[in-house]
Amino acid sequence: MFDRRLIENFDWGLILITCLIGMVGLCVLYSAVNAGEPGGAMHLLFQKQMIWIGGSFTIVLFSLSIPYKLFDRGSFAAYIICIGLLVAVLLFGKYVGGSRRWLALGPITMQPSELMKLSLIFVLASSYSGVISESGLAFKYLIKPVLLLFFPFLLIILQPDLGTALLLLFIATSMTLFVKVKKNVFFSCLIVAISAVPLAWMFVLKEYQKGRVLTFLDPNRDPLGAGYHIIQSKIAIGSGMLYGKGFLKGTQNALAFLPEHHTDFILSVLAEEWGLIGCCVLLFLYFMLLLWGLNISYCCRDMFGSILAFGITIMIFWQIFINIGMVMGLMPVVGVPLPLISYGGSSVVTNMIGIGVLLNISMRRFVVV
Amino acid sequence: MKNPDREWIKKRLMNAAIIILAAFSVLLLRFVYLQIVEGDEYRRLSENNCIRLQSVPAPRGMIYDRNGTLLVDNIPSFDLKIVLQDAEPVDETIAKLAEFTGITLEELMERVDAGKKVSIYKPIVLKKNITRDQLAVVESHGFDLPGVRVEIEPMRNYIYKKSAAHLIGYLGEVNPQEIENNIYSDVRAGDSIGRYGAERAFEYMLHGKIGGKQIEVDASGRLVRVINTVEPIPGKNIFLTIDATLQQKTESIMEGQTGAVVAIDPSNGDVLAMVSSPSFDLNDFIGGISSEKWKALISDPNKPMSNKAIQGEYPPASTYKIVTAIAALEEGAVGINTNYFCPGYYKYGNRTYRCWKKWGHGRVDIVSALEKSCDVYFYRSGEALGVDTLAKYANGCGLGKLTHIELVNERSGLIPTAAWKKRRFGNSWQGGETLSIAIGQGFNLVTPLQMAMFIAAIGNNGTIYRPKILKFTQDYNGSLESRLEIKNEILGTLPAGKETLKLVKEGLLNVVESEDGTAKRIRIEGIDIAGKTGTAQVFSLKKSDRDSNRKFARHLRDHAWFVCYAPAQNPVIAVSVIIEHGEHGSTAAAPVASDVLRTWLQIKGILPSVKVGTM
Repeated sequence: MFDRRLIENFDWGLILITCLIGMVGLCVLYSAVNAGEPGGAMHLLFQKQMIWIGGSFTIVLFSLSIPYKLFDRGSFAAYIICIGLLVAVLLFGKYVGGSRRWLALGPITMQPSELMKLSLIFVLASSYSGVISESGLAFKYLIKPVLLLFFPFLLIILQPDLGTALLLLFIATSMTLFVKVKKNVFFSCLIVAISAVPLAWMFVLKEYQKGRVLTFLDPNRDPLGAGYHIIQSKIAIGSGMLYGKGFLKGTQNALAFLPEHHTDFILSVLAEEWGLIGCCVLLFLYFMLLLWGLNISYCCRDMFGSILAFGITIMIFWQIFINIGMVMGLMPVVGVPLPLISYGGSSVVTNMIGIGVLLNISMRRFVVV
Repeated sequence: MKNPDREWIKKRLMNAAIIILAAFSVLLLRFVYLQIVEGDEYRRLSENNCIRLQSVPAPRGMIYDRNGTLLVDNIPSFDLKIVLQDAEPVDETIAKLAEFTGITLEELMERVDAGKKVSIYKPIVLKKNITRDQLAVVESHGFDLPGVRVEIEPMRNYIYKKSAAHLIGYLGEVNPQEIENNIYSDVRAGDSIGRYGAERAFEYMLHGKIGGKQIEVDASGRLVRVINTVEPIPGKNIFLTIDATLQQKTESIMEGQTGAVVAIDPSNGDVLAMVSSPSFDLNDFIGGISSEKWKALISDPNKPMSNKAIQGEYPPASTYKIVTAIAALEEGAVGINTNYFCPGYYKYGNRTYRCWKKWGHGRVDIVSALEKSCDVYFYRSGEALGVDTLAKYANGCGLGKLTHIELVNERSGLIPTAAWKKRRFGNSWQGGETLSIAIGQGFNLVTPLQMAMFIAAIGNNGTIYRPKILKFTQDYNGSLESRLEIKNEILGTLPAGKETLKLVKEGLLNVVESEDGTAKRIRIEGIDIAGKTGTAQVFSLKKSDRDSNRKFARHLRDHAWFVCYAPAQNPVIAVSVIIEHGEHGSTAAAPVASDVLRTWLQIKGILPSVKVGTM
């Protein structure tokens, strides 16, 4: 049953890039959790991250034996389970910093919105693979994907977690544009979207919600909160200059000025300690990872696998772009972690599964189904 | 329609790759801009962590009485602070500071050690409200004291010191667990929050929203420029229902006594005065009370820290006969024409229950039983009703449960039932105990506030209000448009019909206004007062020994109760008074209540005012 070619075609390149990024991540995390706090509880975070990476890597290796074709059939069930988890979060979730994002399952707390990203990609790939055509999709084929996006989007907005909700929107939009829609459909959707924004602004949003959106778009409106974090983040990044201050020599991070320096703002630690050179290396590794992913999409012989590979690649891309844009003050402050670098179990597991699926597709590229 | 081939996919993937490349180029350019073009400037700013946040405190709302008399305001306090990062070498700086100011080194180091854990970049409060001399010396030695500064912060000022201390309450520093658990919004370490009384109950109104400044400082921590400011939002001013004049007059009457007085407006449940004696000085709590003062307060046997009006639980004694009367009339145990003969005692089983009047009251009906407080009449009523029926009526009258006043730690008192006794002691209720209960002795416990709300409800013909201590609120600037009235809340009605109330009220009127009334000595000319005396046994004595009560130590003497309302026909005030170990309701408590009534009737213009001191 086990095909020898699966081993022969194992994608060592993807493994190598992933490991390199993961190693960079652990180095930076080590610095982030240790600087200024010799020993003590913060070490625990580093150990936990190692366990998360190791654990999810093992699961991924086992999952490689399952042909990804089976995911096509199972995608809708997974999607429904994720919707159920999102509902559970709203009902029983743990309040952290004013929103419900976490669900406690025994000793483990997880963010179902992270898993939702993957299952949305699966279910969209499954849906589009049956209807894709070179001339583009007609309007009627978009109804199902729009509904598939709508429910998780709404549930995540209610948490509220605007960042992850927008990420879902970006991923779904990217996948839809990738499979191509008819020109008239594209433009009419664009017009609807553009006109909906001012209407919602005038009639739907309440005054305090408008205030939040404005602060979200312009952190300087909140100089004691998000605006201050962005300034500190920019100082940390800028002060790294060309060569950086050196491993464990960062000061901004050590002073705990950035409350989330080991999660969402971890790039500022890397930039301060390793300078522009370090940042370029990371950008290069990420770029290689994304190109690799696109290549897997190209090499895959069936539509489902191809769209799936594209979806996962684009998910990783959006997380990188939004996170780095955010810490450099180019984008609103949202809770989007940096893939394979930021601390956090749910994020690690999601991205590792994503990489695993890419490996799965890649090693079966020559298998005739 | 054509199924896509590899070339088509390749084209689309290439487009995606180009977009990704473009996005990465933007990120790369941004890195170059921040790290190379602006790198020097950011490196400089990072050296001493020059961009900092400085909080701007929000003034706490002020507290007034119902007429707008200012009770609590804010005055500037000079707080000595230090930023550890700028204070290097810290030990040397602290030592100098101790030498200059006379504050002990231990006290300073304690604050420094606690502050270290929070942040070395945030100011730590070393001492609040330093003296002008200390201020002068710190300012003049500025260069020897790097990182040390004096900031002006608003501080509470309790204008009338001990007056209404239990009602107004005080502040205390927020503790680290409370900050961690996010119990209060907008609170930083070192901030004060309400810990007692109205300061605590209305914390969410009084506490404003903290503001802040984003500032740039130089290497020694001095301000270079203010980058951005968020103005603080002050808290709301609150207007209590109490009348400062009545409150202070009542306090002066209670001076030297241990006990409580509650005055209520029977038409809406407003608390007009709430006195718990002895009291304490609220100003002692500003910036933290000294441990000697605290020890003295909590070890005082007269418990000045307890608000006896809501926390003191006393046997209601004869004031409870109002409940027994209502229950007996409503249940038909007695009627308007029921007469009992009181020979001065009542035999029940093989025990003799005595009336307080040794030689008896003779023939009494319900009205004269209340008037003369005849124990025998109520023994017999209670016997007919049983403990559980009595308890049902007591609960209906608001006893044995919280009044839901907006103050924490209110006690609910106790109204016993047979089931309660079984649970509590494991043995069953004895018939004789019902007799004690019927005259308000035994297990019964009530608070002065419960009795005040009860007698107010009798006065207003049956409406039980929730006691209200907050009249209205206003914005900090005092604008009239921002005035927000607090609504009255009705909790229920007395379990008494019209006929019952009429009889009970007649009896209560006779307590003061008839020749045989137990409180006839407190009459006020021109005004009818209705009330009920009570003398609560603290220590069980045989009736025959009671007259020699005075011989016993003070703590064994009886508590004195009086509850009343006036004018009897259309009351504007209801008062409940307890004097601990005051012995007799008629001699110790009733005169206090009478003075309180008179004061309020004069304030209201119902009685002509008399010059202070001639009352």
